[in-house]
Amino acid sequence: MIEQVADPLPQAGCAKVVLELDVNNHPGVMSHICNLFARRAFNVEGILCMPVSDGRRSRIWLLVYEDQRLEQMVRQVEKLEDVLNVRRHGAEHEVFERLEGFFH
Amino acid sequence: MVQLTGAQLMARLLERQGVRTIAGLPGGAILPFYDALSASERIRHVLARHEQGAGFMAQGMARVSGVPQVCIASSGPGATNLVTAIADACLDSIPMVVITGQVPQAMIGTDAFQEVDIYGITVPITKHNFLVRSAQELLEVVPEAFRIAMSGRPGPVLIDVPKDVQTQLITVDEFPPVAVADPAPQLDIAAIEAAARMINEAERPVLYLGGGVVHAGAASLAVQLAEQGSLPTTMTLMALGAMPMDHPLSIGMLGMHGARYTNLVLEEADLLICVGARFDDRAIGRAAQFCPNARIVHIDIDRSELHKIKNAHVAIHADVKCALEALLPRVKAALRAPWLSQVASLKTRFPMQFPGEDDPRSHYGLIRAVASALDDDAIVATDVGQHQMWVAQAYPFRRPRQWLTSGGLGTMGFGLPTAIGAALAAPDRTVVCFTGDGSFKMNIQELDTLVEEGLNLKIVLMNNNALGLVYQQQALFYGKRQFASEYRREPDFVKIADGFGVPAIDLDLADDPVAALAEALQRPGPCLIHATIDREEFVYPMVPPGAANTEMIGG
Repeated sequence: MIEQVADPLPQAGCAKVVLELDVNNHPGVMSHICNLFARRAFNVEGILCMPVSDGRRSRIWLLVYEDQRLEQMVRQVEKLEDVLNVRRHGAEHEVFERLEGFFH
Repeated sequence: MVQLTGAQLMARLLERQGVRTIAGLPGGAILPFYDALSASERIRHVLARHEQGAGFMAQGMARVSGVPQVCIASSGPGATNLVTAIADACLDSIPMVVITGQVPQAMIGTDAFQEVDIYGITVPITKHNFLVRSAQELLEVVPEAFRIAMSGRPGPVLIDVPKDVQTQLITVDEFPPVAVADPAPQLDIAAIEAAARMINEAERPVLYLGGGVVHAGAASLAVQLAEQGSLPTTMTLMALGAMPMDHPLSIGMLGMHGARYTNLVLEEADLLICVGARFDDRAIGRAAQFCPNARIVHIDIDRSELHKIKNAHVAIHADVKCALEALLPRVKAALRAPWLSQVASLKTRFPMQFPGEDDPRSHYGLIRAVASALDDDAIVATDVGQHQMWVAQAYPFRRPRQWLTSGGLGTMGFGLPTAIGAALAAPDRTVVCFTGDGSFKMNIQELDTLVEEGLNLKIVLMNNNALGLVYQQQALFYGKRQFASEYRREPDFVKIADGFGVPAIDLDLADDPVAALAEALQRPGPCLIHATIDREEFVYPMVPPGAANTEMIGG
């Protein structure tokens, strides 16, 4: 008997994508977002979050691999009540590159 | 301007939202709210015997009424006991607002008595959740919870309220407006036109209806579309009743326990019009082999369902009702005589079989006897297992919201408390709960609530003294190694009912079971109807888990 189980997809080799999320700023937003990725074994390579303007909103930057499930992931993220907006950037976006210095 | 505690404010906000019945179970951290509820003249509280029961009572009310219903529990174990009912509501898209008490904010995170992070626990099983940090926030959070629960694809929303927030005093100048659902998304007319074109050009189309059709109140539009385009129509477990099952275009339920001809018709289809369904694995079997020859039109209110399991050729993100309204004038009336005769021929060659349907001591016969003693006004709830699938196959559902079952989560113990909720929401209707002995024992304590509320609810207990569907799977797929699926002793359910004060009859002992059954169903008030069924009777046809729908066993 074969149950359908999602195969973990090899992500290395896929291009990287930077996601930029506008979200409401309150405790719990991060856990809503991270849960979605973790549940689907979708590794988040990088994550950065800071409040913007008056502190009612935050911006979250995520660095992920662009495998075939990304579109579905983005749609799930967009469904979250606290996520106001999701924008996609290519790996050439400098936000994570400029952080490299803190890690190496 | 009025001064209120947070708890009083919550009660007022619920009253304003139109909430009239709440199911719950009190405990320390929610007592300020209970105190406020005791003063409410508009809200009636139904005391469950277990928080999970309260959760399913709210679900029963919501499934029957279509509007968000409320259940409440205390912190810690009270809250965790609600988890199953919340997850069940999430998977079946049932609008519900769950309110839990929490330890005072100063004690959060200290492992205080009856503290549990129910906010964290329910992140993946709610549409949204809140941990309220001040009484002021309630003014925004409570209406938001209702708006979210009923907007778009419905679902459960949890509000966790620390005890100090419930007791905090707040001066309220003005109450927020009563929450209403968000407007439907903008309709993509080009996509509707493309879908209509595909339907008009198709030779062998099939309409595939899901629970979304029921939630959107679009069942009659779906039937109209089917009739206009001569579209054979299949329903998921969640959509039963959307089209009367004896409608000439109905080809019944698809999937794991669907009729052989239904799955074979889908195999032949050249166009699948999926409306408010989500290509669940129990419905479509092995995804890659489902409707291999069909192009797909998919209409859903939840954008993340589109292209999730099957890529749609035309995907329409829309309220199902709006989409069908727009589709109807664009779909040409068609007869499709060759296709309908092909469907009829498959139906004749591979029909749904109901062995023993005239014998009220057999499973199908019992279900048919119950159906013939009732009219379409009756509400039918089930638990989960063989009895659930037999009822889905054999009961003549003819209207939406007639049928309440745990589809996505498949929760044993769902039946009795959900049926109680249904009876609370529709006191003028007869409610029947089909259950099995395994499921019944999982929330049997709610018999006490049933008697206390004096509801017109009949429990039909199909007793094979086993976890029948497990027993069946072990027989079919695990070399008949039956393990942990048969009970070694059997309780006396009639005596149990008697102990709770529920009138009971045992059909096994009745000389004329049909007459005894009809008499029990007609008598107002609660009743347990016990019937022994054969453990060796299995649910057929059955698609083995993970197999294609065409690889059915039996039937």
